[in-house]
Amino acid sequence: MSDLLVVDGLEKSFGGLQALSGCSLTLEEGSIGGLIGPNGSGKTTLFNIVTGYVRSDAGAVSFKGRPLVGGKPDQVFALGIGRTFQLTRIFARLTVLENMLVATQRREGWLRSMVRGSESTVEHERAMDLLAFVGLARLWDSSAGTLSYGQRKLLELAYVLIAEPSVILLDEPAGGINPTLIDEIRSRIVELNRQGTTFLIVEHNMEFVMGLCDKVTVMDMGCAIVSGPPDQVRADPRVLDAYLGSVEEASDDAGE
Amino acid sequence: MSPAASPAAKADPTAPLGAVQSRAVRRAGVGAWGAILLVIALVPVFADNPTITSIGVFTLIFMACASAWNGFSGYSGYISLGNGVFYGTGAYVLTYTAIRLNMSGGWSMFALVPLAGLGAAVVAIPFGFVALRVRRHTFVVITIAIFFVFQLLAFNLGFTGGSSGLTPPTPNWVGATFNNPFYYVAFGVLIFSILLFWGVRRSRFGLHLLAIRDDEDRARGLGVKVLRVKMTGFVLAAFVTGMGGAIFAFFVGQIFPQFAYDPVFDVTVALMTFFGGIGTISGPLLGALILEPIEQYLTIQYSIGSVYLIIYGVLFLLVLMFMPRGIVPSVGDWVRSLRARKWRQGDGGAVPVVVTPPAPENVPVGARGPE
Amino acid sequence: MGTGVVDGILTGGVYALMAAGLTLIFGVMEVISLAQGIFVILGAYLSYSLETHFGIDLFVGLLITIPALFIIGVGVEWAFLRRLKSQERIAMSILTTYAVFIIIEGILNVVYGTNYFQLHAWYATRSVHLLGMYLPYIYLFGFLLAVGLLGIMFGILYRTRFGASVRAAMQDRTAASLVGVDVRRVATITFGLGTATTAAGGMIYGATNSFDANSAEDLISRLLVIIVLGGLGSIGGALAAGVFMLVVEDVIAVVWSPDWSTVMFFIILVVVLSFRPMGLFGRQAARAQ
Repeated sequence: MSDLLVVDGLEKSFGGLQALSGCSLTLEEGSIGGLIGPNGSGKTTLFNIVTGYVRSDAGAVSFKGRPLVGGKPDQVFALGIGRTFQLTRIFARLTVLENMLVATQRREGWLRSMVRGSESTVEHERAMDLLAFVGLARLWDSSAGTLSYGQRKLLELAYVLIAEPSVILLDEPAGGINPTLIDEIRSRIVELNRQGTTFLIVEHNMEFVMGLCDKVTVMDMGCAIVSGPPDQVRADPRVLDAYLGSVEEASDDAGE
Repeated sequence: MSPAASPAAKADPTAPLGAVQSRAVRRAGVGAWGAILLVIALVPVFADNPTITSIGVFTLIFMACASAWNGFSGYSGYISLGNGVFYGTGAYVLTYTAIRLNMSGGWSMFALVPLAGLGAAVVAIPFGFVALRVRRHTFVVITIAIFFVFQLLAFNLGFTGGSSGLTPPTPNWVGATFNNPFYYVAFGVLIFSILLFWGVRRSRFGLHLLAIRDDEDRARGLGVKVLRVKMTGFVLAAFVTGMGGAIFAFFVGQIFPQFAYDPVFDVTVALMTFFGGIGTISGPLLGALILEPIEQYLTIQYSIGSVYLIIYGVLFLLVLMFMPRGIVPSVGDWVRSLRARKWRQGDGGAVPVVVTPPAPENVPVGARGPE
Repeated sequence: MGTGVVDGILTGGVYALMAAGLTLIFGVMEVISLAQGIFVILGAYLSYSLETHFGIDLFVGLLITIPALFIIGVGVEWAFLRRLKSQERIAMSILTTYAVFIIIEGILNVVYGTNYFQLHAWYATRSVHLLGMYLPYIYLFGFLLAVGLLGIMFGILYRTRFGASVRAAMQDRTAASLVGVDVRRVATITFGLGTATTAAGGMIYGATNSFDANSAEDLISRLLVIIVLGGLGSIGGALAAGVFMLVVEDVIAVVWSPDWSTVMFFIILVVVLSFRPMGLFGRQAARAQ
């Protein structure tokens, strides 16, 4: 399995705050990668840089062997890197189906897009298929703003999928939703992975990450400190250190 | 917006009531408007008082301009208070061209109307290029600023006649039916406007505009060519509004900078759209259809004066206070809540799964066609 | 030309005061109050009435007009702006304040008629010979007044608890309310304060220009340009932009022509925004939303 996404020595500071300092990680094609770490360790900044929302100060990112340099989010999306957000971003006043259609990539001039309808039958079917895949098919005509938080997460996943990305970066997919829904999301990820999509998941839910990911990378203070299979990472003292402070302090903490 | 036959909606009894309902409501809406437009078309035939057709001309112009305003600002969420730029430019283009070409006031003057629209559309390009790259709050103010630039230019530049304005050629027809040609040309522009923005709404381009309204950055990240889409919408609105201004100029027979570039116009088209329901097709039409005759009536009764201002302002305020979403969405909500009540009272039929009124900030304004 | 610059600075100070009020309102409430323009004129008319009917000096009259406009501002906010839902807030606030604008304009027309007025006082027509230039007393006094009131405003904002609440609300309303700031009360009082600045501005404006209710239109468009140029929500920006714009306008009026000076006012805004969409001191827009 070759490396699909390679991040090498990324640096980024916001004013006085060093968000990333020499951050490196690799994501193998066809794998499900996990990215964990305490708040402020730089996970979302990493996502933002890879997907083009933020420019790095130094370091390199390469995708499918080719460098990903200063692309804008839409270019990154067109290359095949999809991304969801911690606070779901959907188009609240459009219907669920219309949300899907916005993400539909069409190679046509802008004049054409004015004249042609908003969807072709093929596109409509594909959108409905994906909605069925995430279990939202019967809500296709509802305004997206009426969806519950969990449903929005599913919608976001669905419309990212419509562009057939090779890798999807999920930012806290299990955050703030009930266990049943978490299971649904997990099974979708597994199914998509089986079909060949690579994933990189940022999560705080340890059970979710450890049970799902092939390889877990732990970040702390802007760089990756440990990387490896879940069991190995879980037992690594550096990880405990990062989350809980030094081991002595943790044992002082009654009730932990 | 939905494909003609969606098996999902028909076969699935748990489909939200909204899906089936909106198609029926939409057809009713189209039917209702067809009837209204037919009546409007026949008014000059039956009206013997030229005051009625005169009010009609202004109403039709405003219906077109309000739907144009909504076509851009309503769909994209970029509230423009500078569409008066296009109205005034259209007025000046028609008048200036007619004077330069030494035209007599015949029917050929109406051929200048699309030209005036084009002039306004051309102006929209640099205007939009500057204005559409700022935040929405700033956008509003910059449209006001650019509007005043144009008004001041009209006062100061030589070829616009300065404060004495310009006079287009006098129409070479007279009589009781004097207003009628203007009426029908305005009607034509209105039909064009309705068809244009209805088409926009159903197109992929329209979908992009609406996506921009909800989350511009996310839309950009998904590949929507945001600036291009906004510019196009802006230019289309300008084209229609420019034509409105041109008809106005020829009808009124004399244009001055402060009346062609009239700040009241800017607010009026916005108010009409809000009154009727921003983001819907019917909204601006209904808003203009109701408000313009009232404004004309007040002007005739009280003439431009202080009392007129007070009445208009109070009316304005009442509308904003009590019908902030406008007539069309409010009526839509009311109908929906009636249906929900009927179902709750055990009327049977399809099981509506999700019929809760949407939370205020998630209002599906302009969800489907003429709803 | 030197006179132009100095005049510009002096009058700019007054505009800056009113613009500061307006931008403060925006910063706290995300509301663009078009009514600010007509409040200035209202302030001018009130000063006029106090002077002609009661013989109260213009500056002394401020002790009455400033609180009066504060109360009016609070009233408007409470009655109309409170109800604005967050959707389409910008547009709704503009339309609502515009409605208030034209209602007050109509009332002023009825009460005072449509003739031009001007405020009179001994200092309104005389100048002092200073630094080789003739500077109208009223400009100097007006400038000092503006500086004084701005000083009070900054004092409130940066030295009082209330001011801290205001600044907190400007940064993040939700966070502010979470730490116990009564955001609604802050909003109402801020609107009142922002409006109160127009009393002073109105008096100076009325003493230096002949006005009628219609002048409000031109006034508000200038104020809007100033606050956008300075960056919406930035008081320092409003000050800088206010003085800058007035200086430019006065200089151009002298060097080129008075007609074009007003056009330049707006053109400068357009040019600046083309390169710096957030205004001179505005916070970097996170998104063009």
